[in-house]
Amino acid sequence: MSALVTLLVLPLAGAIAAIALPSPVGRTAALAAIAATTGAAIVLMATVAFQGMPRLEMGGWTPPLGIVLVADGLSVALIVMTALVMASAGLAARHAFAPGTAGERAAFGFWPLMLLLWSALNVVFLSRDLFNLYVGIELLSLAAIGLVAIDGKATALAAAMRYMIFALAGSLLYLAGVVLIHAAHGTLDIDLIATRTAAAPDGLALALMTAGLMAKTALFPFHVWLPPAHAGAPAPASAMLSGLVPKASFAILLRLWFDTMPDRASDGALTLIALLGTAAVIWGSLGALAQVRLKLIVAYSTVAQIGYLFLVFPLAGGASAGVPWAAGAWTGAVFLALSHGLAKAAMFLAVGHWMAVAGSDRLSDLRGLAQLMPMTAFAFALSAVTLVGLPPSGGFTGKYLVMTAAFASGQWAWALVMGGGGLLAAAYLYRPMAVLFARGAQAGAAPPSRARQAVPLLLASASVALGIASAGPFDLLAIGRPLAAEEGL
Amino acid sequence: MTALSLFAVTGAVLIGIGFYGLIATRHFLRRVVAFNLIGSGLFLFFGATGARGGVTDPVPQALIITGIVVAFSASALGVGLVVARARLSGRAALPEEEDGA
Repeated sequence: MSALVTLLVLPLAGAIAAIALPSPVGRTAALAAIAATTGAAIVLMATVAFQGMPRLEMGGWTPPLGIVLVADGLSVALIVMTALVMASAGLAARHAFAPGTAGERAAFGFWPLMLLLWSALNVVFLSRDLFNLYVGIELLSLAAIGLVAIDGKATALAAAMRYMIFALAGSLLYLAGVVLIHAAHGTLDIDLIATRTAAAPDGLALALMTAGLMAKTALFPFHVWLPPAHAGAPAPASAMLSGLVPKASFAILLRLWFDTMPDRASDGALTLIALLGTAAVIWGSLGALAQVRLKLIVAYSTVAQIGYLFLVFPLAGGASAGVPWAAGAWTGAVFLALSHGLAKAAMFLAVGHWMAVAGSDRLSDLRGLAQLMPMTAFAFALSAVTLVGLPPSGGFTGKYLVMTAAFASGQWAWALVMGGGGLLAAAYLYRPMAVLFARGAQAGAAPPSRARQAVPLLLASASVALGIASAGPFDLLAIGRPLAAEEGL
Repeated sequence: MTALSLFAVTGAVLIGIGFYGLIATRHFLRRVVAFNLIGSGLFLFFGATGARGGVTDPVPQALIITGIVVAFSASALGVGLVVARARLSGRAALPEEEDGA
């Protein structure tokens, strides 16, 4: 229980310390908060795995009035993935935002924004109250918009403004759904709503909230803000924005459809969501194929990878209750989200190193960099293995589970999307790899130290280890898994 | 029309005006105002739903206050962004929409 509180309070305290204390002390405080929060995340995972789900009724107030925090398997899996990405981004940022190398503004703003983002992510992963989730996702968006704009250039500001329009519109749609649910049922507690008697506005509320969260997750056709925003930010910020931020709104979508109102799912709505996911896979992959800047390729790849996640809705469904494959689809989608978070963060951190050496992220300028920095090139290649979905990576485990569900339920069209998306990912990731591993290294700035190069490699290895040791996370995700995920929507 | 439905209808109208402003205007400050109109409309509607049946439900009021704080911080960030962009480029709209601003 104390780990629950620690995960929310420590990053906030670190953010305040980073603002209030003078520069070197504030930075040290931020790094200490990062280390302590990572520790708390691991403690919480051990608690959930061995002792059961901790539950905290804040201030001693019980629902329907009080707000409940619960850590289940999904929460801790996402929290630990977040901690790994945050710790890596923090290590990378120690140099990228060292005083003197970055602008004063960016060096000051990065640490509090990063810690606020982390606190908001943990709030979203732990809350069981729809309004608390709204506050969490809003704080998350504000911190993320700040990170997009952090270098203060005109293009970054424009990307942040575009992001803000989508994020605020998404928040208001979600809030409208919250208002309707409170008006109909008088509570916003997820578990109480799940046991409610259905009312007329439920369908409309679910539709509004889903649309809002789709805009925040950057699902096609709400994806246009994502590539410039994620590609324009500095590498450690991009790693968090692309690896973590879309997972928060996706986690709320899972909670809404599987925990809160599984009874409102209709086949038409589920198919529509998965069709949008399919369009995202195709559009994002084609966009990635058309880019000549590596950061934009990696950012468009996020659009495509987000698309896969939304195939869970029809696959974990099916009209009959107690279907054996449904839990596999739900778990597979979470595996995809986790491995994408780790792999995408590794990719952005690797690209950050190359940009520091080559001075740009144009493919033509990155020729032969694998000879100069073999460790980061290997990290990029391992991440590509995860994103394409080759064994033995976490991406493969996720795709395997989802495709098994697709074939078992006779919805093989969604398996085609998975397979085709993998081929497209191989195509758009081949181009940067071919350039990196080509002969003819160019003399640029000196490469970063081996210890710094190891950071993306560790993240990429974690995304592969997720597949090799998949039994552990698989069992973890089964803790507190909603009944609807096992029986189908 | 009762006072209660007057509140609810006003809220709905505000949401509509804000939605129109969001789509029809390109100047970013106007869009921030439009977001605030939609938010205020939602809060008014929310407050009205809490007053049904003669007994006032205090929960919507508490949530509205929290929502106002959230909306205020979002507006402050939006205004900060548009001011920073206007200082750098002299424009207050998105680059792809600049002809109208």
